[in-house]
Amino acid sequence: MRLTDDEQRMLDGADGPAVQAAMDLLVRYGEVLGAERLIDTDNVCGANIFNAGQAQLGGRTPDEVFAQISLDGPGSFEIPQVRAHSCQLIGPMDTVEWQVQGVPEAARDAIMDSESYSGRHGINLLNTCTPYQVGNVPVRGEHCAWMESSAVIYINSVLGAMTNVEGRESAAAAMLTGKIPYWGYHLPENRHATIHVEVTVDVRTNRDWGLLGYAVGKAAGETVPVLTGIKDTPNLGKLKHFGAAAATSGGVEMYHIPGITAEAQTLEQALGGKRPARTVTYGPAEREAAYARLNTTATDSAVDLVMIGCPHASLDQIRDVCGLLGGRKVAPGTQLWVFTPRAIRLVAERNGYGDRLRSAGGQLMSDTCPAIGRFVPDGTRVIVTDSAKQAHYLPAIMGVQGWFGSTVECVDAAVTGRWQGELS
Amino acid sequence: MTAIELHNQLHGRGLGGGVCEGEALVTTEAVAGWGGIDQRTGTIIESEHELVGQSIAGKVLVFPAAKGSSGWSGVLHMTRLEGCAPKAMVFNVMNTKIALAVVVSHVPCVTDLDQDPTAVIKTGDLVRVDGDRGVIEILKRKDDNARGA
Repeated sequence: MRLTDDEQRMLDGADGPAVQAAMDLLVRYGEVLGAERLIDTDNVCGANIFNAGQAQLGGRTPDEVFAQISLDGPGSFEIPQVRAHSCQLIGPMDTVEWQVQGVPEAARDAIMDSESYSGRHGINLLNTCTPYQVGNVPVRGEHCAWMESSAVIYINSVLGAMTNVEGRESAAAAMLTGKIPYWGYHLPENRHATIHVEVTVDVRTNRDWGLLGYAVGKAAGETVPVLTGIKDTPNLGKLKHFGAAAATSGGVEMYHIPGITAEAQTLEQALGGKRPARTVTYGPAEREAAYARLNTTATDSAVDLVMIGCPHASLDQIRDVCGLLGGRKVAPGTQLWVFTPRAIRLVAERNGYGDRLRSAGGQLMSDTCPAIGRFVPDGTRVIVTDSAKQAHYLPAIMGVQGWFGSTVECVDAAVTGRWQGELS
Repeated sequence: MTAIELHNQLHGRGLGGGVCEGEALVTTEAVAGWGGIDQRTGTIIESEHELVGQSIAGKVLVFPAAKGSSGWSGVLHMTRLEGCAPKAMVFNVMNTKIALAVVVSHVPCVTDLDQDPTAVIKTGDLVRVDGDRGVIEILKRKDDNARGA
């Protein structure tokens, strides 16, 4: 790789051992990718230094953990203030309702220490998988270095920002250096669609968009799809569900819906003037197949947990859940958990939505989710969710059965304790 | 000799990590890291995956691509620290998820091969992976054992 003078100085250690280790990691990473150079970034989203797989810091200082786990660095060194504007994504624990989660007190203390460590180093504690819902809204053409596949696909496609799916170590290195390999979706020529998806059914609800995303992810794999036939303009929540599902079942990091997403007004523009390598249809059969795949892990109708908020719920989604409850109570033996970014939680509490959820027997939670934090209520066998992503991951991670359906079906399941969803 | 003899060496781009010999675990399906591999045991947990229930620990993992969550490298990193990492990785499609996992796994890795490794190498084959020179050698076929060769 070709390095600029400032990059070479970092690699030589002029800015200290942490920045040196970060630059060394970026150079090794760029060489494996086949990148020719790095590019400046001033918008980085990365992981908490703590992850749910570690119960404790194991007697190590946070600097040692950051050096080893986040930078893959040799030994231990002091970590300076981050150079780029940086934020922390979703983490292992709700800092308010950690006891509901079942987090042991020692782990709670370690997670709180790791959070204040990130805060002291200038990493903004957004603590969500959806930074774009709470103020980090990149502009078109902005080079970013974001983790979180559902957020990456959103900002690339809907906003026209430029990022690859980064990982814990590359994001940490980008925070300290303000650099990331110039590869993949940082290059304009890689952002055109090569697969054309002709949508022949109506796509209106969050569930519709989740099903479409799950099918498109399977069909497109790692490629960039362009969708035509979308009649109803979606909103943030629907595209959030679509992108999360497409990034889960495949590796989609960028898509186009001409006239709706940022970089294409027409099909031709989305395809960059070329013919698509493949054209596939999304019709009734494909929709049914996606629904069946998402419900493949479940057989029992008695519901233990209803999970809303993957990716983290918007204020509107929280209000919708309150409205759907309509004064009804959650069934005994069933839990209703709604997850949102901590910033939205504050507003939801001011709006009275938190009280309404709690008086119905539900919980409003933030900062984490069951899949990331690896937690479900004790004895949980069956979960229900309106998220294709959570329905895909939680059964694998926690060994539970998972039902996927509409938000209406999910709230009904919370109230009745039974799953009665079906594809209509 | 048999067709197997014609295909006992594959050449590609070595991504470093030195040389090792090990038993191949082969899939033609892309592999998810976070939510796809249990970082404490190396077991594949994605319910739809053809290798669900099998462990990558100590194996030469031969697969087309890394897919899914951005936690791919983080999970591989943890498998290394937990002692259940793969012995080597051989794959077709380059992306950021696998590139970073290659960097933090510190095991021999090869890509861009002249033949599709997921077709030529079979689960149970004994293979030698040279991550520095980009050469994979099939030392012993699993079927040879079955025939008592």
